Order: sequence, then C-alpha cells, then structure tokens
Amino acid sequence: MSGIESVRPSPTVDRVATDARAAAFTTRSIKKEAKRSGLELVISMMDLTTLEGADTPGRVRELCAKAKQPMVQAPCPPVAAVCVYPTLVPVARQELSGTGIQVAAVATYFPSGQATLQERLDEVRRAVEAGADEIDMVISRGAYLRGDLGFVYDEIASTREACGEAHLKVILETGELQTYDRVRRASDIAIAAGAHFIKTSTGKVSPAATMPVTLVMLEAIRDHYLRTGEKIGMKPAGGIRTAKQALHYLVMVKETLGDAWLTPDLFRFGASSLLNDVLMQLEKLRTGHYQSARYFSLG
Amino acid sequence: MATNESSTLRTPRRLLFGDLWTYAPAPESRDIVRLQPRYGHFIDGAFTEGGETMQTINPATEEVLAEVAVGTSEDVDRAVKAARRALDGPWGRMSGAERGKFLYRIARLIQEHARELAVLESLDGGKPIRESRDIDIPLAAAHFFYYAGWADKLGYAVPGAQVGPVGVAGQIIPWNFPLLMAAWKLAPALACGNTLVLKPAENTPLTAMRLAELILEADLPPGVVNIVNGAGATGSALVEHPGVNKIAFTGSTAVGRHIQRAIAGSGKKLTLELGGKGANIIFEDAPIDQAVEGIVAGIFFNQGHVCCAGSRLLVQESIHDEVMEKLRWRMQSLRVGDPLDKNTDVGAINSREQLERIQTLVASGVEAGGQLYQCPGDLPEKGFFFRPSVFTGLAQSARVAQEEIFGPVLTVLTFRTPEEAIERANNTPYGLSAGVWSDKGSRLFMVAGAMRAGVVWGNTFNRFDPTSPFGGYKESGFGREGGRHGLLPYLEVR
Repeated sequence: MSGIESVRPSPTVDRVATDARAAAFTTRSIKKEAKRSGLELVISMMDLTTLEGADTPGRVRELCAKAKQPMVQAPCPPVAAVCVYPTLVPVARQELSGTGIQVAAVATYFPSGQATLQERLDEVRRAVEAGADEIDMVISRGAYLRGDLGFVYDEIASTREACGEAHLKVILETGELQTYDRVRRASDIAIAAGAHFIKTSTGKVSPAATMPVTLVMLEAIRDHYLRTGEKIGMKPAGGIRTAKQALHYLVMVKETLGDAWLTPDLFRFGASSLLNDVLMQLEKLRTGHYQSARYFSLG
Repeated sequence: MATNESSTLRTPRRLLFGDLWTYAPAPESRDIVRLQPRYGHFIDGAFTEGGETMQTINPATEEVLAEVAVGTSEDVDRAVKAARRALDGPWGRMSGAERGKFLYRIARLIQEHARELAVLESLDGGKPIRESRDIDIPLAAAHFFYYAGWADKLGYAVPGAQVGPVGVAGQIIPWNFPLLMAAWKLAPALACGNTLVLKPAENTPLTAMRLAELILEADLPPGVVNIVNGAGATGSALVEHPGVNKIAFTGSTAVGRHIQRAIAGSGKKLTLELGGKGANIIFEDAPIDQAVEGIVAGIFFNQGHVCCAGSRLLVQESIHDEVMEKLRWRMQSLRVGDPLDKNTDVGAINSREQLERIQTLVASGVEAGGQLYQCPGDLPEKGFFFRPSVFTGLAQSARVAQEEIFGPVLTVLTFRTPEEAIERANNTPYGLSAGVWSDKGSRLFMVAGAMRAGVVWGNTFNRFDPTSPFGGYKESGFGREGGRHGLLPYLEVR
C-alpha cells in the first residue's frame, strides 16, 4: 500500500459535541502567575506574519525588529518565527540570522494553490534555497472537494521532499473544507504524508482558525502520537486577535495533548495583531495599569 | 508512505497532563453570601424560628455553615393549613395571567441573584462552582420562565377539557440539585394554581431558604409557598398529612416505595422521580472523541450525584480498548478539588454518609474482580472527596453494575450487536435515562425508540431543558416534570 491507501480510516466527528467541548475550554479561569507565564508562552509561540501584496523589504525589516524585541518597557521573549512571502525571505533571513527566530515562507502558490504541482514545488525549493527554515504550504482544496484525496496526499508528500531540511506546515484551509469530518480526514492525510505541523488557515478565507476546528486537528495529532509516538505540531492561524483567545487555545492544547505540546516546537500561533494585545496584558500584570496602545510599537 | 520518524524524538506514548503550565487557584469569593447562624421555616409568608435544629455543613471542608430547624408535625400542619387558606383565598381566585406575573418575577429575581445562589449552592452541596453557575442556577430560572408562560394557557395543555389546580401539594426534594429541584417542583405547581409545602433535603437547605426570601420579595401572597426544613420524619409528616392533595417526591427508590405505601387509599395524587442506572451505549461508528466527552458528562457531572447519570457504559467490543484508553487520558485532565475554584471539574461528595456508601460499593466491585481505574493526583485533606473511577472487566451481574451508586463511578460492559445493546441496556429494574452514540441516524432512532427509559439522549448526555419532559419507567418512578407533560400532575382535568 502506498499513498492515500496507507492512511487509516478517520473517526467520525460530531459537530454539536465538538463545539460544546471547545466552548468548555473558554470557561477556564487563567489568572495571576498562570496568566503571566501563559502570555509569555504565547509570545514565544508566535509566527509574526505579514502576507500582503503591499509588503516591501522595509516592511519586513520592521516586522523582524519587532520579532526580536517585542517591547522595550520590560524583558520579553522573542517570537518563534517571522512568516513572509518567498520573495521576501532573503530580507528576513538577513535580519534574523543568529537570533534563533525562524524564517517561515508561505509557498506552493499561497493562498489559492492554483498552479501546477511543478510550479508549486519549484517555489518551495526557491524559498528553501533563499533561507527559509519553515515552509507553510496550502493543500489543493479544489482537489479535496472534487474527491481526489490521493492528489492531496501526493502533493503533500512531494512538498515534504522538496522542503529538504526545512520544516513543513500544511495549511488545510478549514474554512473551505467546512465540515469537521473533512477537517479530520485532511489532518490525518497531511500527517500521514509527512507534515511536521498542520495549520488551519491562510488567513485569507473566513472563517479562519476557530477553537472547534483546532480541537478536531489536535485530536488527530493526539491519535497519531498515541499510535506511533511521533509528535506533530499544530498552528491555528487567522482570527486570533486577543490575549484572552490565545490563552483559551493554550488551555485546549494543555487539556487535549498535555503539557508536552506547550512549546514553540509543537504549537504556533499565526497572527499579526495578537502580539500587541498580549504585550498590553503583560504590562497590565507588571504595572497594575492598562497602558494606551500608543506605548506599543507597530509590528 | 512518508514518515517523520527521523525528524522527531521518539518518546514513550504518554500524554503528560503535568505542571509545565499550571492554573493558578481561581477561587470564587464567598463574600457575596450572607449566612445566618440559624434557619427556621418559611410558613404563611413569614420566617419562623422553629425548635430543635440540625447542622448543615460544607462537605468540602466539613465546616458547619448553619443550624437548621427540624420541622415537627405541628410545623407541617401549620404549613399545610396556610397553603389551604391561600388556595381558598386570593391565589385560588387569581387569573392565570396574574399568577404568571409572579412566576416571571421569581425567575428574574433568581437571575439577579444568580452569583450569590451559585456560591451558596456550591458551599452547601459541594458541587463545582462552574456547574452551579453555568447549569443549576440558569436552569432554575429557565424553569420559572418556562412555566410562567403556561400559567395563562392551561386550557391548551389539555385541549377540549377544563382544567384546575389539584390543591395543596407536598413536595420533597433531594440534595443533588437543591435549587434546581425546588424550581422543578415549584414552577409547574404554581403555574397550575396550586399552593404547596416544600421540604428541602436535610443536607442542603440553604438555597431553598434564600429562594424563600426572594419569594417574599416577589410579594407572592402568604401561604402559597411554604418551606419546612427537616429530615425523614418531617417528610413523613408531610406525606401523611390529610390536608395534602398531591405528593411529588424526588429521591431514592426505597423512600419512594415507602411513600407509595403510606398514601395508598388516601386519594392523594403521586408522582415519583427515583433512582436510575442509565445505560450509555457507544456504537463502533460513533464519534469517539465526542463520545468520550459524553461518558465524562454522563458519570462525572455533579460527582455522579445524578439520578439520570450514565453509570453503565455499554461499549461495542470492537472499540472497547480504544474508548477505554481515551477515557483514561481524558480523566487525567479532570480537576478534582475545591468546589469554589472556577477551574474545578469534580467537587466534593455531598456527605460523609454518601462517601461511605460509594466506598462500600467500590470495594464490592474490586472484590468481584473488577479492574479499577481512578483519576491520579492529590485530593484535599479535609472534606469528602472521591476520585472519579471506572470499572472494567465486570459482568452485568456484578453489584456495581446493577445498583445505583450515586457517585463518580462508571461500570463498563461490552456488547456485540445492536440487539444485544438494547437487551442489556433494558436489563435493569430502573428506567430513567439512556444515551446512544452513533454516526448513523437510523440506528440512533431505532435504538432510542427501543429504550425503556424516560429520557434518551442521542450523541449527547445530561443535557436539560425546561421544555423537555423528564421522568422514569419501572422503578425509576412515574409522572413527568418539564414541558407540557410536567403540568399534568398538577392539574385536575374535567
């Protein structure tokens, strides 16, 4: 057996019960020291992202500076990675060399993935050559929705090969797959085909990351781990804008996969506006006062 | 097949629900509650002193919360007579629409005092604050709102007939959902125009006494609602009082039997909501992760002090090991401890007596050769706590598989075919609840239809709503509470 035939059958997913379980995590009360350490963890797990047509080298340099030192008021850990389009990888690479911050590139004709497989793989290779440590690929939702899951499996496996040493994050674009059964199946396929991380969304489609969708993906990761011992990472992306939301995700990871997943090696947030809200909450904990947004630099 | 074997560390396959990131204690403040040193009764619109007292304690700390009067037969007699006067007086002449206004007012007062009532409920009964806050109190208010709407529409409850109140109702409620059970009893009785005497459980009288204050604030005419505290003897006095027209009892099957004997031939109407040993049936095509949540909700909700708990898990043999492994992992993330901590999932067992009963039954399960799995972690040193527990490897004939434990203890049995699942699920003297988990709609409906149980949940468990009738088959009792059906025991139909 090879390819898609080797992927085990996926369990069914009940939407109502999944939504209820995800909502239950939001009722956890995270205060004081738990909040402070949780928020620092959130920063260290962040893939600071800019994916606009208007991105320029100057804009990426700004973002890299913010990534290295998110705020000046108090000590603060750097973020996990900066995520950019492939053409801007050299800029990010230059800015982040020696910092430990990863350079992530969205490739495979992000966000639609509508190009030939050859073109998409070439883009991956170019991004890796230019210095990307991590590749965020998109799956062909068109192929998935027309029922060609074998194509999806094969493209992920080929991309993993094209990545070489770079880590592969597979974006399922759950907002286009829509049903939780499909999210679960796509997660299982991506994991079997060699993903290091599975990721919810491009951020270009609404809804992007939601807690129930992330929960379904975490359950796929857990089942794979318990069967094989292999740890796959998770990256919700898009729509996570507040510190409170981010803590809810941490609670969900902790109570679904355990504390071992509470590391940037296995969990990331794909976000752009989240960082300053987290910083604002940390400053509130440190000083006892909320500060105006003007005290936090733009990313 | 591509794999990541070279790129990730191989570690033992254990999920570590550890303390890399711990939740700081998040206790709900109890300052909002003003406890009185002593509580009497609420009779004829006034609080009475009462005579002899008993103590009500916080089961999480064993601290005495208050002295509570033990109602005598004279107290009961005064309460019943006050209820009769109110029935013959303004309440009996009041229109349904006017009665409805009082019910709406009580519902709103419960909402306004929701936080206080939730803290009080958790203090007195040991249930986690997240349950009293998110389930008990909102549902209690919802019951009053729901039946408020019926008060002026009773003619539609029994189309083509004239309806009127039964008279004076004697209502006896248990300690597992103190305020919610009071709401289940009071709201339909009042909507139908009855007056009543309520006896709260001796372990958990405090929220009922706070409700009495809210009822006073709502300006309900004196004597419409009377509350007499006490234990078994007080309940007996109420059951046997000749001035009572109807008894509604929620509690154990043994006491239910006793009541039914006691009132035989008296002409009193009776509804009983008694014990259960609910089957939770998991088919191999079920959404497994959600079913595991359903198992947890079915048996560990409210420390398993739930008459409709899914205490018998029937899992298809082909997925038994997978479900058990997932359940054990899930149980490791349950947080057992201080009921007032907002992150506590499982609180304190309601009383020492109940804790000892659970311990005895669990010991019998171990003796019978069952494999016991219990949540790891420390329990508080003081108070009555019991680890959420699961028995596997036992037969249907084992005592823990047959008797109601009324604690956080699950017994797991297997089945091979849908027919066998149905047969096993119904193989019990009880018939209160059942749950069915399957991705196949036709199977859900087929199995649900074959359950000899008053409440059947499909792909969920322990969900409640005031619009839905609740009650038992067989030794789980008779009569329904909730929904239109919940009106019928409180109506005379002409």
